[in-house]
Amino acid sequence: MLKFILNGKEVTSEAKANERLLDVLRNEFRLTGVKCGCKEGECGACSVIIDGSLANSCMVAMGRVDGSTVVTIEGYRETERFAVLDKAFSSFSAVQCGFCIPGMILASECILNKNPNPTEEVVREGISGNLCRCTGYNAIVKAIQTAAKEGKGLW
Amino acid sequence: MWGLCMEDISRPIKKKDHDSKISGSALYVDDLEMEGILHGKLLHSSKAKARIMNISVPELPEGYYVVDKNDVSGENSVHVVQDDTPVYAKDTVEYVGEPILMVIGPEVKEVERILYEIVVEYEELVPILDMQKSDTVFFNYNYEKGNIDKAMTEADEIMVETFRTGCQEQAYLETQGIIAYPENGRIMVRGSMQCPFYVCRAVAKALGCDQSEVRVIQDTTGGAFGGKEDFPSILACQVAVASKKANKPVKVVYDRREDMEFTPKRHPSICTYKVAIKNGEITGMDIDVLYNSGAYTTLSPVVLQRGLICSSGVYRIENLRVSGRAIKTNTVPSGAFRGFGAPQTFFDIEIMMNHIANKIGMDSLELKEKYMVKQGDETSTSGKYHFHVPLPEMIERIDQLSNYREKLKLYKNQSGRYIKGIGIALFFHGCGFTGRGERDLIKAVVRIRKNVDDTVEILTGSTDMGQGLKTTFCKVVADTLKIPYDNVLIRNPDTDCVPDSGPTVASRSMMIVGGLLKRATEKLKKGWKTGEEQIIEEHFVEPDFIIPFSLEKFKGDAYPTYSWGVNAVEVEIDTLTAVTKIIGAWGVYDVGVPIDMNVITGQMEGGFLQGLGYASMEQMDYNDKGIIRNNNFSDYIIPTAVDVPNLVVDIINNPYIDGPYGAKGAGELAPVGVAPAYLEAVENAIGISLNKIPFTGEDVMRSLQEVRK
Repeated sequence: MLKFILNGKEVTSEAKANERLLDVLRNEFRLTGVKCGCKEGECGACSVIIDGSLANSCMVAMGRVDGSTVVTIEGYRETERFAVLDKAFSSFSAVQCGFCIPGMILASECILNKNPNPTEEVVREGISGNLCRCTGYNAIVKAIQTAAKEGKGLW
Repeated sequence: MWGLCMEDISRPIKKKDHDSKISGSALYVDDLEMEGILHGKLLHSSKAKARIMNISVPELPEGYYVVDKNDVSGENSVHVVQDDTPVYAKDTVEYVGEPILMVIGPEVKEVERILYEIVVEYEELVPILDMQKSDTVFFNYNYEKGNIDKAMTEADEIMVETFRTGCQEQAYLETQGIIAYPENGRIMVRGSMQCPFYVCRAVAKALGCDQSEVRVIQDTTGGAFGGKEDFPSILACQVAVASKKANKPVKVVYDRREDMEFTPKRHPSICTYKVAIKNGEITGMDIDVLYNSGAYTTLSPVVLQRGLICSSGVYRIENLRVSGRAIKTNTVPSGAFRGFGAPQTFFDIEIMMNHIANKIGMDSLELKEKYMVKQGDETSTSGKYHFHVPLPEMIERIDQLSNYREKLKLYKNQSGRYIKGIGIALFFHGCGFTGRGERDLIKAVVRIRKNVDDTVEILTGSTDMGQGLKTTFCKVVADTLKIPYDNVLIRNPDTDCVPDSGPTVASRSMMIVGGLLKRATEKLKKGWKTGEEQIIEEHFVEPDFIIPFSLEKFKGDAYPTYSWGVNAVEVEIDTLTAVTKIIGAWGVYDVGVPIDMNVITGQMEGGFLQGLGYASMEQMDYNDKGIIRNNNFSDYIIPTAVDVPNLVVDIINNPYIDGPYGAKGAGELAPVGVAPAYLEAVENAIGISLNKIPFTGEDVMRSLQEVRK
C-alpha cells in the first residue's frame, strides 16, 4: 500500500510501484485535469507538482511517490495564487484549446515560486517543457509576467 | 493599447470557455466515465501495400470482441468527399497504419494482449511511395488565362524551378478520440471533432441506417487545425460499428504515436514553375502542381483546388497556365491542415519571386510591389478582387516594425562567423469554402432561441476547438441585442438540437455562420418580445456581387473576399555550427474587423509559430517500407516557448461589407506566408538559392558547406 499527500489530503493507493502516476491520478483518483498528451515525457500536459518541483506524471512511477506530496490542478485551483494566474490568463485570453493549460498553470506556479519576479527569458525557459500548439506562447508568457506583478507578496 | 482604429466589438472579453479549461474541469473525450464501457484498440497494417491472406485470432475471453469489415452493416466506406476510404480494410491494405480490425473489451491491458497475439499474414505487393513515380491520379484540374504559349515563345529567358514542401503534422495536444454507445435504439457518437454533421452522415452510411438514427455531440476539443475535419468521421464509423456489435459503449483514444503516424497531415508537394521573362518583365507563368494524397482521396480535391488558385500568389500574371494533380501513393492519406493547400504554393510563388528578382537585379519586395494586385484586378481564376487590397499599407507597417528595407541593405555583404538575413512574404487566404461550395453543397443554417427569461441561445453546428468561436459568436449576439454577454448561451453542438451550419473549416465560421447569426439576431431585435420564447432561423444567401465559379472551367470567383497577410522573418546563422536563430518575426494581418482582438492576436501568433515549425524544424518522412520514422515529440519537433521569443503580430482594420461587423476569415491565414519569409531570410543570409521546406539545421549545414566550396 502506497501512502502520499494528494492535494493536501493523505491518501493511499493499491497501485503497483511500477504504475505511472499519470494513470493512477486519472483512473483511480479521477483527477482528469491531469491530461495525457504523449506518455513519453515530451509535452508537459500531465505536469504535476511533486514535493515542490514540476514533474511529468507520465514519467513518474508510483513507487517514487510513496511519502511525497503531489499537487494537481484540482488542488491548486483552490489557492490564492491560482486566482491571480487565472485572472492574468483570462485578461490575455491565453487559453485556447485548453489541453496544455492545467500543466501550464502548474509550470507557472513553479516558475514564480522559485523567482517571484522572473524575466521574460526565465518564464520562457520555465514553460519550455510544456508544449502548446495553439497560442504561440506570447499570451501565456505575458500572463505569467502579469501574475508576477499582480500577485505581489503571494510568491 | 490596440491603436486608435479599434472598433468596440474588437475589445477583448473573457472567453466563454476560460473557467472550465483553466480549472481543469472541462471534460475532453478521454475524461468521460461511462458504466460498462469497453476500450478499443485498432490493429493497423504493418505493410504499405499487401493482400491480406489470413488473420489468426486467439481465443477471446468473455466480453472481448474482434470487430472488422464483416461487422459493417452498412457500406464499408467512409463518406468524406468521395467514399473510397474503407471503414475496416477490405482485402488489401494500401498504407502502413490502415485499420484492419479493432479489439474491444473491458480491460485495456487484455485488449493489448489480444492485439499482440493476432497474426496477420500478408502477401506483400510493391508500394508506390514516391509521388513522381505514381501513375494513379486521383484528381486533375487545369486552368489558363491570356496566351501562355505565346509568352513562352517570345520570352528573352525562361526560368524553370522545382520546389518541394514536406508533410506537416497538426500536433494538436489532445489526440483523436471517439466514444459510441447505443441510446434508445439509436447510436450516439461523441468526441473530439470539428464537424459533427460530417460524422453523423458518415456513421449513418456505415451502419446502413437513417441519419435520424445517429446522434453526434462534440466534446471539448483539444485543438484540431484541420486534423479533426475528416479523420473523426473515419474513427467514428469504426467505433460505432464496434459499439453496435457489442451493444455497449466503446471508446477509442489514440496514443500519440498512433496519432502521429496514422492520421492525416499536410499534403507534401512538388511544384515546377516556368517563368517567361521579356525586357525585365514577367510575361507569363506555367505552373505544374503535384500534391501527394496518400492512399485514399479524402479531402484532396478541395485541397488541390485551393493550392492551384493560390499558385500565382498575390500577383497579376496575365499569361498563366496552372495544372495540378493529386496523386495516390501508399502512404497515410493527407488531409486538412490550416491553410488547406495554400501554404505549399504560396511558399513556391514567394520564393520564385525572390529568385526572379535576383535574376533581373531587383530587390524581391520591389518586384513583388510591382506585380501585386489591387482592388478591381482579376484573380488567377478570372474572378475579381472586389474589395480594397491593403497590401501597400501593410508593407509599410511591417517595414516600420521590422526595419526590413534597411536590414536588407545592411545584410548584403557579410563576413565573420555570424551572418544575418531577412525575408518577406505577401499572401492571402480566400475566405470560406472554395468555389460554389457554400451555395451548392453546404447551404448553412443557423438558429437562435430567445428563452422566456430573455436569455438567448445560439444554435449552430459550428465547433469551438480552441479558436474562440463560442466567445466571438456570443459577442456578436450580445452586442447586436445590447444585452449582457452572460445572457448569451452556447453549448457544444449536438446534432439533435442544432441545425447544420456546415463544417468548422475554411475560416468560414465567423464570416459565413457568424454573418447568418448577425442577421438572425437583428431580426430578433426588431421583433423582441420580453418574456416570450422566440426562435429565428437564417439560411445562407450568396452575396450578389459574386462572379459564379465553375469548377469545370476553373473560372470565376473562387472566394467572395480575401484576408491578407505580410510576414517578415529575420535570422542569424552561426556559420560554424549551422545553428539558425530567429532574431525577429513579424506578422501584419488583415482579417476585416477583428471580433475580439485577443482572440485574433492569439490565432495569428499561434498560426505564425506553426508556420515557423513548417519552415524550419517539423520534418516527417517515410523509410523505404513506407513507415513514418518521426512518430513522437522527441523525433518530430514542434516549437517551444524559447524558439521564437520575439514574435510581433499587428492587426489592421479593413471592414468587409458582407461580414458580421466587417469580419472576414481569420484562423487559416496565420501560417500561410511564414515559410517563404523564413527561407528567404536564410537565402539572403547565406547568399544562395533554396527551394525546399522544411529547411532544417542539417540543411543549413549542407548549404554552408556548398557555399564554402
